[in-house]
Amino acid sequence: MSPDVALPLLVGLPLGAAAVSLLLLGRPLVLQRTVSLVVLATMQVLSIVVVASVWDGSVVSVRVGAVDPAVGIVLAADPLGAIMLVVSSLMLWTVMVYAIGSQRTKEQAPAFHPLYLVLAAGVAASFLTADLFNLFVAFEVMLVASYVLITLGGSRDQVRHGMTYVVIGLLASTLFITAIGLVYAATGEVNLAALAVAMDQVPTGIRTALGLLLLVVFGVKAAIFPLFQWLPDSYPTAPSPVTALFAGLLTKVGVYAIIRTQTLLFPTGGEVSIALLVLAALTMTVGVVGAIAQNDIKRILSFHIVSQIGYMIFGLGLFTLAGIAGAVLYVVHHIVVKTTLFLVGGIVEERAGTGALDRLGGAMHTAPVLAVLFLLPALSLAGIPPFSGFVAKLSLAQSGFAAEQWVVTGVSLAVGLLTLFSMTKIWNGVFWGDPARAAVSLDREHVVAAPMTVATAILVTVSLAFVVAAGPLYDFSERAASVLLERGAYVQAVLR
Amino acid sequence: MIPPTGPVHRPTGPPAGPDANSPRRSVILDVVLDLVFRTAVLFGLFLLFAGHNAPGGGFVSGLVIGTALVLRYVAGGAAEVDRVLPLEEHVLLGAGLLLAFASGAAGWIFGGAFLYGAKATLEIPVLGTVNATSALVFDVGVDLVVIGLVLGLLRSLGAAADRDADDVDTRRGVAS
Repeated sequence: MSPDVALPLLVGLPLGAAAVSLLLLGRPLVLQRTVSLVVLATMQVLSIVVVASVWDGSVVSVRVGAVDPAVGIVLAADPLGAIMLVVSSLMLWTVMVYAIGSQRTKEQAPAFHPLYLVLAAGVAASFLTADLFNLFVAFEVMLVASYVLITLGGSRDQVRHGMTYVVIGLLASTLFITAIGLVYAATGEVNLAALAVAMDQVPTGIRTALGLLLLVVFGVKAAIFPLFQWLPDSYPTAPSPVTALFAGLLTKVGVYAIIRTQTLLFPTGGEVSIALLVLAALTMTVGVVGAIAQNDIKRILSFHIVSQIGYMIFGLGLFTLAGIAGAVLYVVHHIVVKTTLFLVGGIVEERAGTGALDRLGGAMHTAPVLAVLFLLPALSLAGIPPFSGFVAKLSLAQSGFAAEQWVVTGVSLAVGLLTLFSMTKIWNGVFWGDPARAAVSLDREHVVAAPMTVATAILVTVSLAFVVAAGPLYDFSERAASVLLERGAYVQAVLR
Repeated sequence: MIPPTGPVHRPTGPPAGPDANSPRRSVILDVVLDLVFRTAVLFGLFLLFAGHNAPGGGFVSGLVIGTALVLRYVAGGAAEVDRVLPLEEHVLLGAGLLLAFASGAAGWIFGGAFLYGAKATLEIPVLGTVNATSALVFDVGVDLVVIGLVLGLLRSLGAAADRDADDVDTRRGVAS
């Protein structure tokens, strides 16, 4: 299948499926489930087709409606967008399998399946669009679906924390559309490739201001310091599969947008680069320190999302080939591992009815499989060899030292140690100890449905496979980074 | 396609619904509504067809028709809206979205690209020469989505407001 069909289908198919899913409301749930699984699996296949077509470091593009790029919409996939698509579609279908098996997560709610598919379309569109305004549209499609998903169930707590999420989301969107207006006023373009050319003519001061404005906009979505408070506040209250998906995908869409705009539109680095490194160090530190003070699995993990975003920004801030390659590798590793950990946290909550560390204990004896499923990604998150986190952190640290950024690289290594501490804390609280002495234990009567465990196991296997495939994966990340830094291939593919 | 027109068969005057004698019904509003409702729906349809090359389109058309429905709600509550448009909102949303997607996918057949805009000039006996575009199908989809959304809002938020108002009325009745 050619990219001409695959790229529009990746965006259009989930939207069409959402429509079918809406029409199936009130019919047996199995129909909606089938539609969701078939479509998400198809997205996985399509995204692999896209990766295969850009594997050598080329860029493919499609003019939607065959309209000239000057006025029309262009979808483009470069290695970065393609690898993000593959990993995202993997998350989308595995988390869907998990949600179908789960009893307490409102998957039966009428709006769940249609909204999930709309979210999938928004995520795919964000990675594929080559147009700043359509990036805004894709973000909105994704966010509007997420506003409902995060409050599914409608408990008092969820509405209270969901409110924060919605208000921050709307605020960031308003700022985003304002920023697009200013970019258009300065250049007369919204097509990213045309902008890359036009932005060079803009005076340096204005260009830096626009760069920082877009950084703030996407910084809110990506939860970088100091714009992160909404995340640990709102994520833990959502249903587990929703939290897992948001943790894995939504903030990373923000990171993707930062990488895309900063490398394509503001390629010189300069002041923004220094700002990025400072923000990266602060994001890493604040996130990990915040996690230490928490006493709930999902809350600890939520703070860790913030901390890990810092690593990705660190890689970007170096503005070197190795740095950006490291950041790409880190994003890919992080999406898989983080989602897995949240899925494990969800299983613990489903079995024990709580995620509070001081009430749990001894799960290693009562739920040995779950213990292994937690331990592997947890060690990987902390960067212990030989897991994928080690590979990703090593490449970041090496590029940090190569660029002689001693402070921020040192911070990143220290934060890795504190991450290990947090993971140990969860391990001690939930899995270690005597099950008889815990207030609630994961006893054998409360087992979860097989799909939940299977979905989690698939993701653990994938993250282990990263270790085996680390070489080719790193080479691909390097090709992604060189496409980002050289810009020419992307611009030509979009404007051809 | 579901015709988004109002209650064409309904006789002029106060409605014969279960809440026809509700003390909250205003005769003036009912009479004015009879004039305005159909006009608004027609104007909405005009905007839908004018939309391709002139101001208008599916979204605006949906808003105008939706506003007409809101007027119905103001006059007679959620029950009145149900009688005017007895369709589930998710059916409208789903059908509209599907129609929009289908018109996009049809672009592969007509022009070899997703969302390709095909157009044809037709000679229709009464109307004369008509320029038909595939974008119109997309717009009809958008129209249905917006109407479905308004309907969903009126039913979910409006029905709760109706219940609250009924509670107040009941309590007042007990007091007097």
